[in-house]
Amino acid sequence: MSKKSFRQAINEALRQEMRRDPTVVLMGEDIAGGQGGTSGVEDAWGGVLGVTKGLYTEFGPERVLDTPISEAAYIGAAAGAAATGLRPVAELMFVDFIGSCLDQVLNQAAKFRYMFGGKARTPMVIRAMYGAGFNAAAQHSQSLYPLFTHIPGLKVVIPSSPYEAKGLLIEAIRDDDPVIFLENKVMYDEEEDVPDESYTIPFGEANITREGDDVTIVAIGRMVGMANEAADRLEKQGITCTVIDPRTTSPLDEQTILDCVAETGRLIVVDESSPRCNMACDISALVAEQAFHTLKAPIKRVVPPHTPVPFSTPLEKLYMPSAEKIEAAVKSVMSQTTREVA
Amino acid sequence: MQIARDILLQSYRAMRTIRVFEERLHVEFATGEIPGFVHLYCGEEASAVGVCAHLTDTDTIASTHRGHGHCIAKGVEVHGMMAEIYGRQTGVCRGKGGSMHIADLSKGMLGANGIVGGGPPLICGAALSHKTLKDNGVAIAFYGDGASNEGFTLESLNLASVWKLPAVFVVEDNGYGEATGSSYACAGTQKDRAAGFGMTYLECDGTDFFEVYETAREAIEHARSGRGPVMLHVHLARWYGHFEGDAMTYRAAGEVAREKENRDCLKIFREKVTGAGLLDASALDDIDTAVEDEVESAVQAAKAAPWPEDSALMADVYVTY
Repeated sequence: MSKKSFRQAINEALRQEMRRDPTVVLMGEDIAGGQGGTSGVEDAWGGVLGVTKGLYTEFGPERVLDTPISEAAYIGAAAGAAATGLRPVAELMFVDFIGSCLDQVLNQAAKFRYMFGGKARTPMVIRAMYGAGFNAAAQHSQSLYPLFTHIPGLKVVIPSSPYEAKGLLIEAIRDDDPVIFLENKVMYDEEEDVPDESYTIPFGEANITREGDDVTIVAIGRMVGMANEAADRLEKQGITCTVIDPRTTSPLDEQTILDCVAETGRLIVVDESSPRCNMACDISALVAEQAFHTLKAPIKRVVPPHTPVPFSTPLEKLYMPSAEKIEAAVKSVMSQTTREVA
Repeated sequence: MQIARDILLQSYRAMRTIRVFEERLHVEFATGEIPGFVHLYCGEEASAVGVCAHLTDTDTIASTHRGHGHCIAKGVEVHGMMAEIYGRQTGVCRGKGGSMHIADLSKGMLGANGIVGGGPPLICGAALSHKTLKDNGVAIAFYGDGASNEGFTLESLNLASVWKLPAVFVVEDNGYGEATGSSYACAGTQKDRAAGFGMTYLECDGTDFFEVYETAREAIEHARSGRGPVMLHVHLARWYGHFEGDAMTYRAAGEVAREKENRDCLKIFREKVTGAGLLDASALDDIDTAVEDEVESAVQAAKAAPWPEDSALMADVYVTY
């Protein structure tokens, strides 16, 4: 066990799985970097933010394949390779680039198993950065996990810390279905204790990061840290919160959410994605439909406004959920309590 | 050219099976009993069969919405295909794919595809599998002149060349993308497109089995031996509409009749093999009879087969969930 960054945890998961299973191959734009350059350095970048650094050096060009800037071709190739015996991990760089290759995910990889009567397996992972807070503006800041969660046949993983990232990525690589693995770009340098050995975290099992009596906060990805920060402050003010990290939005651990809401009677969902048809809507609908009788107050969603992600720092800050906004939402829900539930 | 007698017989049988299968679907679709969309491959049989004659179950192909011919040529079982097209539980995809999604990975058939240009990226991946797993396999993308204009396809040509994949891109050029002529929709030439990606280009008359067979042999040997991908441009014509029900108002009167008269791959095959004394007419007649019986039996079996159980609705969305 040692302190590792989110970036190192992901790198280590890839490295350990590639050592374990020779059918695991990586592909993506500049995941090594330097092919065809004039420096002669063949592992120049290790991905645009250095996440795959050193893997080309260890595993060579047959296992770490740099691609042209052709998302449709290589994401489609990952699907085709997965259906024919490899276990590819494709890096899409920014999830926003799904616009260039959605067909290969939506109509191909996600549907093979069902369309082919259960006779196909498509064990592929698409890794991509998501999230605002990096001044990356509207085309490099989106949180598109609701888009993928909407598609039957895909699994969707959003790790909230380095420990979570390593265990969930190893699980994703070993999984026999197509998995979208989304990494919050603001979190790459966050550190925590991460075991050196390989381990997995199962999909569809939410992590309760803290337990309280008053409000249940469901938070996705980077929002988990903000929710815990808000809960720390609220605790000093006499309000205790349960914080749930679903880890995966597909499958979604519905039972844990329902159980916790039954105990607290209040629900807040913190979701960094655009507010219409996002996970906050989905989880709110779940609770409204199945646990309405346990609610003491209206559900509240802490979400960005329905706008593209702005570039300028103050606007982006205004756009983003934050610990302060979560704290305010909790207080609002506490004050809006409309009924006592037996 | 020397082609073994058993290959000639198998190839004739496959082409005849495609023809009879498709002609029968044309009739059955008109009765309203077949659900969904059906796109027929009649007229193009020599292309699928001439290419797939060089493949084994280890090799992979990806097909198109017009996929029945490729499936049959790759060895997908006819009864399972027919039942699939009828949406029955006994279908090769258990009734959950239908005409546009027939696949059988055990035969190296990675699926027909409802998305124009869906196959070429997948075939880059299948070719990568063959290369990485060193199983000596090749991967073949069949696609039309229409799909040749999809960005996916052009990206795939580049990627296949960059990665030097054992892949063959078979452009089945029937002159129409849906209702629009390729003379309108395809700028430049397929040959120049291949050249643009540094890819070997071969072409052939897709109504002559022997020409397809020989050209495909060269293309597949090139790819299999690690010399990189090939574009194989096959010139042919489709005898029916884009889909069943298409009145083909975009084609001149007599165009299809002329194709049938002058460019019928089965007629040409029969004339060549009997003329050269390679096969007796009676051997071909026997195949014709056997194929008629097989397709008849497949139709009857499909019509009598059970519909999928309700439980199939939620089955096989995931391997585990």
